[in-house]
Amino acid sequence: MIFYKPPPQRPIYGLLALFAEKRNLNGLKLNYTIYPSGERAICFDLGARMDPELNQQIRSLYNRLTIQPFTGFQDAVMAYSSLTVYYDPYHIYMKEKPSGSVKDWVSRKLLEAWETIGDRETTKTLHKIPVCYDPEWGMDLENLALTLHRSVEDLIQWHSAPVYRIYMIGFQPGFPYMGETPEALQVARKTKPVPVKAGSVGIAGRQTGIYPFDSPGGWHIIGRTPVCLFDAAGNPPVPFRPGDEVCFYSISREQFDQLNQERHVGSHI
Amino acid sequence: MSVRIYKSGIQDTVQDQGRYGFSHWGINPGGVMDHYAAAVANALVGNPASAAVVELSFPAAQVLFESTTLISICGADFSPVIASQPVPCWQPLVVRENTLLHFDRIRSGMYTYLAIHGGIDVEPWLHSRSTHLKAVAGGYQGRRLFNEDQLPVGASSFGLDSWLKHGESFTALPWKAAWRDIYEAPETIALTRGQEWSRLDTCSREWLVTADFAITSASNRMGANLAGPELRLEHPYEMLSTGVTAGTLQLLPGGQLIALLADHQTTGGYPRVGHIHTAQLPAFVQARPGQTIRFRLTDPDEAETVLLEQQKDLALLNRNCTEHLLNWKK
Repeated sequence: MIFYKPPPQRPIYGLLALFAEKRNLNGLKLNYTIYPSGERAICFDLGARMDPELNQQIRSLYNRLTIQPFTGFQDAVMAYSSLTVYYDPYHIYMKEKPSGSVKDWVSRKLLEAWETIGDRETTKTLHKIPVCYDPEWGMDLENLALTLHRSVEDLIQWHSAPVYRIYMIGFQPGFPYMGETPEALQVARKTKPVPVKAGSVGIAGRQTGIYPFDSPGGWHIIGRTPVCLFDAAGNPPVPFRPGDEVCFYSISREQFDQLNQERHVGSHI
Repeated sequence: MSVRIYKSGIQDTVQDQGRYGFSHWGINPGGVMDHYAAAVANALVGNPASAAVVELSFPAAQVLFESTTLISICGADFSPVIASQPVPCWQPLVVRENTLLHFDRIRSGMYTYLAIHGGIDVEPWLHSRSTHLKAVAGGYQGRRLFNEDQLPVGASSFGLDSWLKHGESFTALPWKAAWRDIYEAPETIALTRGQEWSRLDTCSREWLVTADFAITSASNRMGANLAGPELRLEHPYEMLSTGVTAGTLQLLPGGQLIALLADHQTTGGYPRVGHIHTAQLPAFVQARPGQTIRFRLTDPDEAETVLLEQQKDLALLNRNCTEHLLNWKK
């Protein structure tokens, strides 16, 4: 496996253009709900949809909150169309002495952030990820081809055609949830998880993902990348961020083995 | 200064209050399972609540103190023994150099915390000393503790040798943390509603707060699986994954509940029917497999008030303990 170095990020312009009027998309006002997720977290939800625009709004809100965190802000989990913000109630209680509940105070801060995020930040990094679609690595590839009545080559071509958006990273450190796969390739996940090797590329529904670790997995495995998605000692330990883009290109077994070996001489792609 | 693992236990790890700020990489907070016991253990030895401690499960490690050390053991009662004498939990203990601590048998609970004055001083990973087992990072080499592991400990400014009575292997200092309220009646666990609570059918909503749920043996640092009546949604509902927290109660496709705990994934796609009060998570995680609990529904404001009270108590305890230690043998 090779250590993957992400391409340098382009500078972010206009990220904090405060008070920008950007709460609507295509003339439609965005509806959101804010609700507590226990007493240490609040969820800001734009509706359960897998939509790049909504996801981009979530990323902008995340950026706004991490660049200018409110007192007691701890972390925020970016998901498809929601942001779950963790906070430290006692810290806020002691430092801010809110007149009402801490939860209401945080909700107000969250709305304030939402109202003042700048124009959508469009900076994103494109990652080109090599995948070996050899049936030995992609254990479900041949079965899928049979089920879908298409050739393995078609499947490979479908999977490697789009530029995917990383909607979120979850499940495991470094596991990117990407979408959308072409409609012809959309299959329901397996009913039972099976052991999956690190680097395995899987598909499920409209999503594709890469397993950073050996683990149980319920997605259909169609290939493997020599790219390392998690390196605890790395800076950053994970080469992707939600909102980044990924495209896959097919490599042969020989190329896979070669890239895999290059790890030992410490080279990057 | 260091302490040595003389004989390893089944799953003992270095933990602190968690690793926040990295969920965008899918890195979860982790940290101690029972934040209360760990905070009390730290307070008793004069550490800040954020100091790293050793979290022990039964059978627990035997620990050798290579120099004279101020320790405390809080949380589960595994009948701690020093030099063939039982020692109290929830009380500061000065242990003479080259003395062994071991744990005899389970009296109650799942996780106990060994705090050492000065804190476990392993190298932090992403600002935390918690062990991330999946990432093999943080804590002691990113793994559970094995024989002969040497845990570095922060320096002490106390003259601990003079605190030991002559010829004794350990001395229990004459004060104790009052902890009883926290773990009493853990059979009732307070919940706030989760976002999908209202999607449960009427029966299931009723069952959630009246039925017995048993902690199953398929429970670990990631989550506790509960056995109880099969709960159902009013209508099938396909969710998109959202962020989840420790204490989130998810409804699995089979109708059973899982309570997410310290090592939970950052995101989850199952209906969130409730959230266990953070202040009651200690009682919940200390419940042993087979133990039954009931849930009680409260509003979020109550959950917050209870948590703030608990945190205030812990802060007060921390101040008082530090004062006691500073004035001891002066």
